[in-house]
Amino acid sequence: MNTRLLPLYATIAIFVLAYALAYSQFPAMLSTRVIGNLLTDNAYLGIVAVGMTLVILSGGIDLSVGSVIAFSGVFIAVALRDTGLHPLAVFAALLLLTTVFGAGMGFLIDRLAMPAFIVTLAGMFLARGAAYLLSVQAVPITHPFYKLLQDAYWLMPGRGRLTLIGVLMLAVVALGAVVAHRTRFGTSVYALGGGAQTARLMGVPQGRTTVLVYAFSGLMAGLSGIVFSVYTGSGYSLATVGTELTAIAAVVIGGTLLTGGSGTMIGTLVGVLTMGLIQTYIVFDGSLSSWWTKIVIGLLLLGFILLQKGLLRLSQRGR
Amino acid sequence: MTVLSRIAPQLIVLAALIALVSVFYPGFLSIDIQNGRPVGPVIDILKRSAPVALLAVGMTLVIATRGIDLSVGTIMAICGAAAAWALTQGLGAGAAIALALTAGLAAGLWNGVLVAVVGIQPFVATLILMTMGRGVAQLITEGRILTFTDPGFGWVGSGVALGLPVPVWIWLATAIAVAVIMRRTALGLLVEAVGINRRAAHLAGVNATVLLIAVYIASGFCAALAGIVVTADIRGADANNAGLWLELDAILAVVIGGNSLLGGRFSVAASVLGALIIQTISAGILLAGFASEYNLIIKAGLVLIILVLQSPRIASEWRLWRDSHRAERGRT
Repeated sequence: MNTRLLPLYATIAIFVLAYALAYSQFPAMLSTRVIGNLLTDNAYLGIVAVGMTLVILSGGIDLSVGSVIAFSGVFIAVALRDTGLHPLAVFAALLLLTTVFGAGMGFLIDRLAMPAFIVTLAGMFLARGAAYLLSVQAVPITHPFYKLLQDAYWLMPGRGRLTLIGVLMLAVVALGAVVAHRTRFGTSVYALGGGAQTARLMGVPQGRTTVLVYAFSGLMAGLSGIVFSVYTGSGYSLATVGTELTAIAAVVIGGTLLTGGSGTMIGTLVGVLTMGLIQTYIVFDGSLSSWWTKIVIGLLLLGFILLQKGLLRLSQRGR
Repeated sequence: MTVLSRIAPQLIVLAALIALVSVFYPGFLSIDIQNGRPVGPVIDILKRSAPVALLAVGMTLVIATRGIDLSVGTIMAICGAAAAWALTQGLGAGAAIALALTAGLAAGLWNGVLVAVVGIQPFVATLILMTMGRGVAQLITEGRILTFTDPGFGWVGSGVALGLPVPVWIWLATAIAVAVIMRRTALGLLVEAVGINRRAAHLAGVNATVLLIAVYIASGFCAALAGIVVTADIRGADANNAGLWLELDAILAVVIGGNSLLGGRFSVAASVLGALIIQTISAGILLAGFASEYNLIIKAGLVLIILVLQSPRIASEWRLWRDSHRAERGRT
């Protein structure tokens, strides 16, 4: 058996087990309504986690994504309020902006040879500050096109709603899986995460790959910001504080090695859904308080990191 | 003398900032005495610097070992919640402070064991407590903002002693104590040795494991002090917002203090000056009449400048350029 895939199997097993436990207590957990909401509520997190997976696979980290999501929401809301542009044009401009922003951070990380987390920390301040400058107050989005997006869903049997943003999330995960597992760029990312020096000697273009990885993460954060603005119908500069940590946790719970070089996109999806499931269960239960979410997620995170450590030690002893 | 030249850049920046703010706001340096307590922008800055300065002291040691402690803001929330809980249970101020400090030490021990014994990267190990800790703090406060009216405990946050606010004395005493312990014994040298090369330090006979755990415990202790000061100042424990984002300010203070994120040589005094610089900037922005929204952008700019200055690659390229320049000049 491939020990590298063991964390993924563990993730899937935990998810299935947790779902079964939740189902035995609340049979309604398996209704299409709950499943539809699980996808819709976690759509923005899933999309940003796809970008984060690629960054972590390359051995880096991107702490700016939460701020970029908030900035995106405010940017869209202010642009729609103050200009007559169509939302699609605003979306295009925003995605370009966040991609360039991510590429800029990647460029600095590569050129300055400094730790990714401190460079993206500066990016986090910058994006949050830019959001504050645009508007401190929450700005509602009232464009009719948004109403169209919010009402776009397919009624599944059992009256569950498969929303547009939920489907978009699944599509993005599929796209991420293709990029990571089926392209030359994806292979370069894995090689870089496995060991920068080895990758360089193998002929992986380190600079270009680093820039592209963070550009991709910026693009995903921008897309996630669009989805979040559709989900909430507003832009608020204080929104999604700490989302970067939730995304990192989802990626790790999904079985990706935090040191880079090993992991899968599908695992990240399961990780996101596991975290969504914990939240749904706490809502269903009603007597548990919301802070248990944080504690359980923290413990899960610890458990998976310890599992990875153990596997790493095991594989090293085998050599 | 060497200490002075080490902290000279920070002192110059601070002096320049004070001069700059004084231009926009002439009364900046004035201090009045009202009801027996000093009042003025400078006193305010010194007092408000307390949390970040305290965190920066512990963070300096952690960063010197090539680590990072992202959980300090959360530890502040836990310790504040513990202290407030003790007060609402009718225990005295002394017991509340003891409980908060114990919580801080325990949190530091947890981080230290994860880093030094289990061998998780510091950034990840402390991330776990960062995500989990706010839940723990909320568990203690049961999701409410715990308020109390204990004057003895409140004095720690808003009292005055010997002409200065108590929080100022606390961070001054902590910084001086840590600096003296580190520099008057070999401890500082050992911490630097572990930061530069843990394996080499280990082979040279340094007990790196115990030292690393001790460093994280020190950081937890400093965070507990900061949590006590904040909680005592507002006379309430807010599990959600206490210490939020302060870990970033603390890291920024350490980096402004010229300490390398790649570990090694450190200066506690410079880090504390870094905290003062951050607070002077925030206060200056407000006093000069700018919107506080510029604060984050300015901080981002600061981080970028420091990154360029610290970058190993830029430094080596600069040396290469300088040497080739010299060689050329030598030839002609």
